[in-house]
Amino acid sequence: MSKITRRKFLAASAAGGTAMMMAPTKKAFAAGSFEGFPDGMGVLVDLTRCVGCRTCEAACNLEQKLPAPAKPFDDFSVFDEIHHGQKRRTTDKAYTIVNRYEPKDADKPLYRKIQCNHCNEPACLTSCFVNAYKKTPEGAVIYDSHVCVGCRNCMIACPFHIPAYTYHSVLNPVIKKCIFCYDTRLKEGKPPACVESCPQQVMTFGKRKDLMKIAHDRITKNPGKYVDHVYGEKEVGGTGWFYLSNVPFEEAGFDVNLPKKPIIDNVKDFLAIVPIVLTVWPALFTGFHLLATKGKSHGHGDDHSHDEQEGH
Amino acid sequence: MKKLETFGIKPHDASLKTDGQQWSLMEKLLLGLTLDQYIGQAFRNKFNWILAIIFTIGIPVILYRFVFSLGAITHGSYDYPWGLFLGFGLFCMVPLSASGFMLGTTVEIFGRHDFEPIERLALLNGLLGYFFAVVYLLVDLGQPWRLAYPMVYSFGPAAVLFLVGWHVATYLSVQVMEVSTAFFEWIGFQRGYDFIRKGTIGLTVSGIILSTLHQGALGALFLYAPGKVHPLWYSSAFQWIHFFVSSIPAGLCMVICVSTIVIYTMKWRCDQKFIDNLDWITIALAKGAAMGLSTYLIIKLLAVAHDNEWAYITTGWGAWWLLEIIGFVVLPLVILSYGIHHKLVGLCRIGAFLTVAGIILNRLNTALIAFNWQLYQEIPHYLEFIVAITIFAIYVATYRFILARLPILYKFKAQADE
Repeated sequence: MSKITRRKFLAASAAGGTAMMMAPTKKAFAAGSFEGFPDGMGVLVDLTRCVGCRTCEAACNLEQKLPAPAKPFDDFSVFDEIHHGQKRRTTDKAYTIVNRYEPKDADKPLYRKIQCNHCNEPACLTSCFVNAYKKTPEGAVIYDSHVCVGCRNCMIACPFHIPAYTYHSVLNPVIKKCIFCYDTRLKEGKPPACVESCPQQVMTFGKRKDLMKIAHDRITKNPGKYVDHVYGEKEVGGTGWFYLSNVPFEEAGFDVNLPKKPIIDNVKDFLAIVPIVLTVWPALFTGFHLLATKGKSHGHGDDHSHDEQEGH
Repeated sequence: MKKLETFGIKPHDASLKTDGQQWSLMEKLLLGLTLDQYIGQAFRNKFNWILAIIFTIGIPVILYRFVFSLGAITHGSYDYPWGLFLGFGLFCMVPLSASGFMLGTTVEIFGRHDFEPIERLALLNGLLGYFFAVVYLLVDLGQPWRLAYPMVYSFGPAAVLFLVGWHVATYLSVQVMEVSTAFFEWIGFQRGYDFIRKGTIGLTVSGIILSTLHQGALGALFLYAPGKVHPLWYSSAFQWIHFFVSSIPAGLCMVICVSTIVIYTMKWRCDQKFIDNLDWITIALAKGAAMGLSTYLIIKLLAVAHDNEWAYITTGWGAWWLLEIIGFVVLPLVILSYGIHHKLVGLCRIGAFLTVAGIILNRLNTALIAFNWQLYQEIPHYLEFIVAITIFAIYVATYRFILARLPILYKFKAQADE
């Protein structure tokens, strides 16, 4: 009896072990806290300077060779567009858009440019199961459409609602989003098209850490002008693009409830249990099996094939 | 089939005919009937007509999706990238298919061989549920032909979906092996049967591991969207536990539901042992489900307390949440408990159907209804509903096709009775 038990045990553990190897054991975790590449570039956006001329939209359209929009870029009726009760958002045909907001105590409207914020630790990147996204040392979050399966998890994960999808493509639907003009400009150290085109110098291009100093300097040197907060300094672990505003950020349509930590931090608790389950479960349940069937004939075997009689 | 039985015709249920001859594959497929008899009964069955109508409308729509893109049958929403195909197809089908690993554990690991009459039904329920979850996924993916990329070509191991993908794929193969014993019996391949049976414990244990992780992982997927899912359905600490724990009553109740449907519509295929044992097994499964549900209820409340979200209860979302918890967790729990206590099989079955509905409601709430609660509500495109219903109909038809043939509900005999 004991002999059989031992052999059974070995067989079972071997089987359990094989099962373990079949399961993916390589759960590499994103590094503890990644603060962005030291020389990563960024853009400081000063919302107080924006007049809503949409030149940046036109520049982006040209640079990224996007199709002509339904309404021309000098048509300002787009600011009144409401879809599903929402203002405009980025689409597969427009990587950046400008929206108009009417803050409570301000005498004039406020304009805000929306595009990918190029997070330090992007949610899209960490949610992607084929690693299609990449944070480049220059600071851009880029995307490789050749490996994309089209699960659209990145669209679920992005806290800023940025990635869009070419749903109407049959054979090659892909994610479309701002890539910081990586291929054509950033790689060579040049600012993206939208920044260069802006007549109001709303945006300042430079190393993220230098820009952060400038942002805080502007707040201190102009007392009362700005809200004392740089949106994007800490939000979801810090973003490559960040904002200064003279009105509370929620009145300019920003989500002010975002966590300060990267989105992936939410998921780490779960990922941490993976190796535990993989290691402990086989032994635990094989043990249960041996205990539960102790003293009984090892009934699992041929119960189905030859009719009749049940061991127990 | 009932009508044929009155003429003394018995369905195929043994490896040898009464006269000791082998059955041919064709005869097996036709259930041992002649072609005329088979076609006759297929036409008499009204359910087949319903299926035919669904397929006539739905299959062209599925083809339409692959010819004219996903945007042609959905709203192509950027804010709701996951619609019904994942919201229902993946997030509901997977927990409802948790039955395989649970009954596998009961019978093979805990040695409760008295549950054997239902074991194969539970395993098949698991296999088909997962398989059709993948079918839903294939319809939903932008580039379904790249489905294997995360396995062989480009790895994103830090992503929860990577884990889900790997585990569902591995678990699907485990389940194919588990169910293959029935197939080997039916086809008459004894060596294959013996080979698989030897690895039963290993297969079952790996089933437990994979199930624990990916049932939880489906919940963990929503941890990527902390601001998007309404706080009452979101809990960074409990999300994966909620999904895992609720999959236990989900799987068990799904087996009760399926066995109920089977006993009322396919009784001809059940052997006496299945029929005799079903009542106490139903109550025993209900007991397991009730325990799972009560645990689930407690951790649901605990999660609200943990994040101190009681203030949300008084809002409209809170009312909706209370409806889910009271109507589809507490109520089935009460019904099941009463049914178990008084040994009322019918009541247990009602409770089981309610539980299944509750799990579907919970997953749809998390993935669609309470998703983007600060933005707007989106009702999926009507073609999306048609495709979802069609795939479900294919699932039901496949389920029935297999139940009618393989020794799932009956025990395969060496030789047919006179």
